[in-house]
Amino acid sequence: MIEISHVNKWYGPTFQVLKDCTTSVAKGEVVVVCGPSGSGKSTLIKCVNALEPFQEGQIILDGIKVNDPKTDLPKLRARVGMVFQHFELFPHLRIIENLCLAQEKVLGRSHGEAMAKGEKLLERVGLTVQANKYPAELSGGQQQRVAIARALAMDPIAMLFDEPTSALDPEMISEVLDVMVDLAHEGMTMMVVTHEMGFASKVANRVIFMDKGEIVEDALKTDFFGSPRSERAQQFLSKILSH
Amino acid sequence: MNYNWNWHIFFEPNPTGAGTYLDMLVSGLWLTIKTALLAWVIALIFGTIIGILRSLPSRTASWIGFGYVEFFRNMPLLVQLFLWFFVLPELLPRAAGLWMKQLPNAPFWTAAIGVGLFMSARVAVQLAAGIASLPRGQKQAATALGLTTGQGYRYVLLPIAFRIILPPLTSEFLNTIKNTSVAITIGLIELTGQARAMQEFSFQVFEAFTAATVMYLAINIIVVTGMRFLERSLAIPGYITGK
Repeated sequence: MIEISHVNKWYGPTFQVLKDCTTSVAKGEVVVVCGPSGSGKSTLIKCVNALEPFQEGQIILDGIKVNDPKTDLPKLRARVGMVFQHFELFPHLRIIENLCLAQEKVLGRSHGEAMAKGEKLLERVGLTVQANKYPAELSGGQQQRVAIARALAMDPIAMLFDEPTSALDPEMISEVLDVMVDLAHEGMTMMVVTHEMGFASKVANRVIFMDKGEIVEDALKTDFFGSPRSERAQQFLSKILSH
Repeated sequence: MNYNWNWHIFFEPNPTGAGTYLDMLVSGLWLTIKTALLAWVIALIFGTIIGILRSLPSRTASWIGFGYVEFFRNMPLLVQLFLWFFVLPELLPRAAGLWMKQLPNAPFWTAAIGVGLFMSARVAVQLAAGIASLPRGQKQAATALGLTTGQGYRYVLLPIAFRIILPPLTSEFLNTIKNTSVAITIGLIELTGQARAMQEFSFQVFEAFTAATVMYLAINIIVVTGMRFLERSLAIPGYITGK
């Protein structure tokens, strides 16, 4: 589904953020990407739907080359859901309008169709009563669930999560993770940048560990948590799992 | 001071033979309003286009935006009106220049367009600042949903940015109205022009300019009130100044 091969990316002439990154996510697979801040995890995931350009290598998404100038990027992006650290709901639109906008403007669905789909997804994330509120009137956890619903409304073939719980109060993390776990169990292809190792050990198939722009470790979940090969990953795990 | 106050002067016939002195001022007031409204529409249209250009990542676009803004904001308004009115027709081929000079209402069109373009540079800078103040994730979220750049601006960035810059835009609207008085120098007999004419005919300088002052104050208070109302009705619940 997602094939990332030999991706190199620089900011400016000298600062390399991604170094020869190669990995893949198969259909129905859940891959967790972790690593210290500044290791390039978010950048890598944003390269997948070309939110960030990269200079070398290639990424193929469902058979379509992302970094081909001939690729219709808006059309390709519409097929991949993305959830951001800071939710990024559109503040001037009601919750239900947030869910309808791209369905109507990008997929060309009628308003009725979009509303029906939106309402169904709001019900799924347990926010039907909030449909007519504005994002700023919701808690962080609720906003992030809306953001997931907004991405799902496009019937994506895969979902990308960029630290979806990092900006949340501890109490709200589980309500968002619950939605993600359900999604994983339904067989959604997911690439998730997160520090939630509980989530990783529960639903991930594979874990990728990044450091300084490199994929240091790309292993099955059990291998990663059981016996990480690289010293850097061992250090990282011992630090985040020690409390 | 030896001055004969005569507040009844407004109801005395003016020397043109068409109505009273008050009628003169009121016709000037209408011309001021018409000129200001057209100038403001021009300022908003061009300001929006240039503001968007300045916010795009493209080098060419931001250079065009930069050049436009610096051209229009670094020259005094008076000089700009002279340029359009006296210099431009001379620079054009003879026939075109002649046609311009003979246009009916040339001072009106020149003033509206001249003031409009002058103000558009200011609108552009504010809009660009408004767009720049939005979290980067907003544009990314719109892009990730498959919206094209144009759709992203139309449905997400501009509606929020315009709400943010409404208070300074109110000031620019007021400036537009006040700046139309410079058009007296190219022969537009708007409110200031009529006040001066009244003073020349009647020697009642204080009455004439008191009336003009009150009229400027009145339209500006209407604009301020209207814009306040607009701000309230567009306020996003829970967001920025929203309630």
